[in-house]
Amino acid sequence: MDIEAVSHAFDIDGVILPVLDDISFSVKPGEFVALLGPSGCGKSTLLRLVAGLEPPRSGNLREDGNPIAGPFPSRVVVFQDPTLFPWRTVWDNVALGLEAQGILKSQRHRVDAAIDLVGLSTFRNAYPHQLSGGMAQRVALARALVNDPRILILDEPLGKLDSLTRITMQAEIASLWQRSGFTTLLVTHDVEEAVFLANRVIVFSDRPARIKADIAVDRPYPRHRGDPILAELRRNILGLLGLDETW
Amino acid sequence: MSTYSASKTVALPQSVEEGAAFAGRPLSLPTSLLAGGTGVFASLAWACFGLSCLLWEDLGDWSRTHALAIAAFIIAGGIIAATAGGKWLGRFGAGLQLRTPWLLALGLFLTLWEVATAKFAWLPLPFFPPPQAIIEVYTDDLPKLLDSVFASIKLQLGGYAIGAAAGFLTGVSIGWSRSVGYWVHPVLRFIGPLPATAWLPFAFFTFPSSWSASTFLIALATGFPVTVLTWSGVASVSNAYYDVARTLGARPSFLVLKVAIPAALPHVFVGLFMGLGSSFAVLVVAEMIGVKAGLGWYLQWAQGWAAYSNMYAALIVMSLLCSGAITLLFRTRDRLLVWQKGVVKW
Repeated sequence: MDIEAVSHAFDIDGVILPVLDDISFSVKPGEFVALLGPSGCGKSTLLRLVAGLEPPRSGNLREDGNPIAGPFPSRVVVFQDPTLFPWRTVWDNVALGLEAQGILKSQRHRVDAAIDLVGLSTFRNAYPHQLSGGMAQRVALARALVNDPRILILDEPLGKLDSLTRITMQAEIASLWQRSGFTTLLVTHDVEEAVFLANRVIVFSDRPARIKADIAVDRPYPRHRGDPILAELRRNILGLLGLDETW
Repeated sequence: MSTYSASKTVALPQSVEEGAAFAGRPLSLPTSLLAGGTGVFASLAWACFGLSCLLWEDLGDWSRTHALAIAAFIIAGGIIAATAGGKWLGRFGAGLQLRTPWLLALGLFLTLWEVATAKFAWLPLPFFPPPQAIIEVYTDDLPKLLDSVFASIKLQLGGYAIGAAAGFLTGVSIGWSRSVGYWVHPVLRFIGPLPATAWLPFAFFTFPSSWSASTFLIALATGFPVTVLTWSGVASVSNAYYDVARTLGARPSFLVLKVAIPAALPHVFVGLFMGLGSSFAVLVVAEMIGVKAGLGWYLQWAQGWAAYSNMYAALIVMSLLCSGAITLLFRTRDRLLVWQKGVVKW
C-alpha cells in the first residue's frame, strides 16, 4: 500500500485547519505498522483516508497500485468505540460484513470460526448491552476478521479498555496477526503498545502531522515486555516526542 | 458497559407473602392472617355491595338487580376462598393477594354507587345510572353494541395501518434523501399540524363514502406524528454506524434497510404511540358525524335517546378497546426492541 504526498485539512466554520502535511510512506504486504503520535495530531484522519471513508485534499493513496476511491472490505477498520449494532446479537454483528456483501448464506461457517477465534462462542446470542468493554471490542475484532481482509486498520482499538484487559488483548492481536499474516495498520498513542506489537513504528509530529521518524523494530515474536531492546526503543521514541524527562 | 448479566432480572418481593415465598419459608399463622386481612375486608366489601342491592327497593325499573346481587356474592366468596387457599393457588393466588386492596376499594365504590343512585337517588337519576342499568345494557343490547365495536375496530385498523405505513415511508424518505426532504418538509410543516378534525367537512364532501372519508381522517391523524418521529429517528442515526457498514462493503440499500431503519425504530414506536392516541379522538368524532355503526355513532345515538346507561356502557367498552390497542402496541415494541428496555412506560 502506498501513501504519496497526502495532505488533508478540515473546514470548520470557514476556518481551514490543516491536519496532515505531505505524508508519504509505503507498507509492504504482511507488515505490522504502528502509527504513533500525540493526541489529535491527525493519525485517525489518515486512517479514515486509508479506509476510503473520505478523499484526501491532495495526494494519492493506493492499494496494490490501484487508487483508493471508497471503502471496501479488503481494508477493514476496527474503531476505538466498538460500535456494535445494539439491535443485533453478537453472531449477527459479526456476520454484518458477509451480509452486506450478500454472501452470508454460503459462508455461515466463517462467522462461527471468527467468533471462536476471539473466544466468545458462549456469547453468540447475547446482545451488546450485555457485554463488557473488552468483550465488545473482541466482537468488533471478529467482525473485522470474518471478512478475511488484506489490510486490517486498527484505530486505537484498546484505548477505552482498562490496562489489564489491554495487556490480554495486545497478546491476542499479536498472535492473530502472526497466524493470518494480513497487513496491519495500528494507530496508537501508547508507545509501549506500538513497540510491543509492531515491526515498524512511524512517529508523527503534532498537528499538522509530519513524519518524524520511521523506526524498524526487529525483535522476534512472541515478544517479551521486559526486553531491554524494546525498552531502549521506547526511550528513543519518547525522546523524539519530547517526553523522556521522567525516564 | 455492564458485565454480562442474566437476561431476566430477579424481581424484588413486593409484599410480605412474596417475601416469605421468596425466602422459601412457609408463612406462620399470625403473618398469614395479617396478609389475608385485606382479602377478608375485600370480600366483605363485595358482600356489602350484594346486600346493598337487595336491602332496599329500587327507585327505578331495572331488571338485573337480583342477578347483580348474586354475582356480587359469588365474587365475595371467590375472594375469600382465594385468600384462604392462596398457598395452593400458586402464582394466581399471589397475584390476587397483590390486588386485594384494589378489590376492597372497588367493592366499597360499587356499594356507594349503588346506594347513591338506585336506592336513595343522591345523584340525579337519569344522568347517573346504577350498576344494574349498565349490566342491563350489556345483557340486552349486546348485538347492537358488538356491531358497533366491530365497525369501530375495522375503521380504526384500516385508518391506522394506512396512516402508519404512509407516515413511516415518508419519514424514512425525508430523513434519507435531501431532495425528497426539500419538497416534502414544507408540506409537512404546513399541513401536518392542522388537526384532522378540521378536515371533517372537506373529507365528507370529497370522498365517495363516509367510511372512506373516516379512514382518510384517521390516516391523517396517525400519519403526522409517525412521519415526524420516523424522520427524527433516521436523521439521528450515529455516523459511526454508517462508517462501520460502509467499510464492510455495504451498498446504500443495505444502509437504509439494515442500518438506518433498525436504528430509528425506538423513535418510530414513540411516533406510533402518539399516532394511536390522536387516531382514537378522530375516530370518535368521525363516527359521530358520518357513519352508520360504530362506538362514536353509538354514543351519539344513546345521547339522542337520553339513554345514559347505554352511553356509559359504550364508554367502558371504548376504554377497554383503546387500552388494549395501546398494550398491543407496547407488547409489539417489547418484542421487536428486546435490546432496549423502553423509555416510554406503559
